[in-house]
Amino acid sequence: MRTSALGAGMLFGFGLAFSTMIQPHVVLSFLRGQDMGLMLVLGGAVVVTFFAYRFLPKWLPRPVLGGSFGAHVSVMDRSTVIGAAIFGIGWGLSGVCPGPAIAGLGAGSWELLYAIGGIALGALLQGLTSSREVSVVRPTP
Amino acid sequence: MTLFPQGWTHYLVGGLTIGAGVSVLFALTGLIGGMSSVYSSTWSYVVRHPYFQQPPLVKSREWRLTYAAGLIGGALVWWLLFGNGTRVSVSIPPWQLALGGVLVGYGARMSRGCTSGHGICGLASLNWPSLVAVLTFMTTAFITANLLASVGGR
Repeated sequence: MRTSALGAGMLFGFGLAFSTMIQPHVVLSFLRGQDMGLMLVLGGAVVVTFFAYRFLPKWLPRPVLGGSFGAHVSVMDRSTVIGAAIFGIGWGLSGVCPGPAIAGLGAGSWELLYAIGGIALGALLQGLTSSREVSVVRPTP
Repeated sequence: MTLFPQGWTHYLVGGLTIGAGVSVLFALTGLIGGMSSVYSSTWSYVVRHPYFQQPPLVKSREWRLTYAAGLIGGALVWWLLFGNGTRVSVSIPPWQLALGGVLVGYGARMSRGCTSGHGICGLASLNWPSLVAVLTFMTTAFITANLLASVGGR
């Protein structure tokens, strides 16, 4: 499992770097309507992942290395919307989101450590003040 | 006025590669690979508070951290292959990165997803709460980034 997570993460990180999404000013230029590239990145990633999530569980009895296929669970409540709104304010302020903040270190963008420190602090505060359970990824029935 | 002043192929190829990474993780292990959870699951190594000791975080912390290490490795490979020999520097002021980061971390964990969790994994699963989350954060991010630009910020 360790090697697969590392290899899959490397593809993810390579894609983030290749698409320049590890560079916050590119994200901000999208948010300011100057470059629609982020839509192509997100769209491309969603289409590939859609086919994987939709068809792999039909074609394979179980994941190649065993276990069971998980499913993305999302629930609709106030936290989903308010949390997303807060996330967006931070994203618009910094041009940084959780994945690219980490990936950018591989290209030497050490300034992103400010963002990683902030995100880690935010996640800590959220956990310490939360009364509810974390989301659970449950296997498909 | 052009939609893609920097060209568009690198965006599409990069996006497809990101999708390939999430898909390979799923094909091999069945895991759903969003990125915001790693910031909570890694705290479980040191913080005893019950929130951080919940099984979904503790059980996933090792692969999530490995996946995150893979992200760094993948970007390093890109830099070795396509970089121009100098590191990629970030021009956004540190206070914006740090303060924005706190809001990103708090909000993403409260919402249970970020651009990858809701944006990629959630939309690819056709989960409508994720679509609502994506439209919400796109809207507040759009407003924030433009307000910042209007007062002369980066």
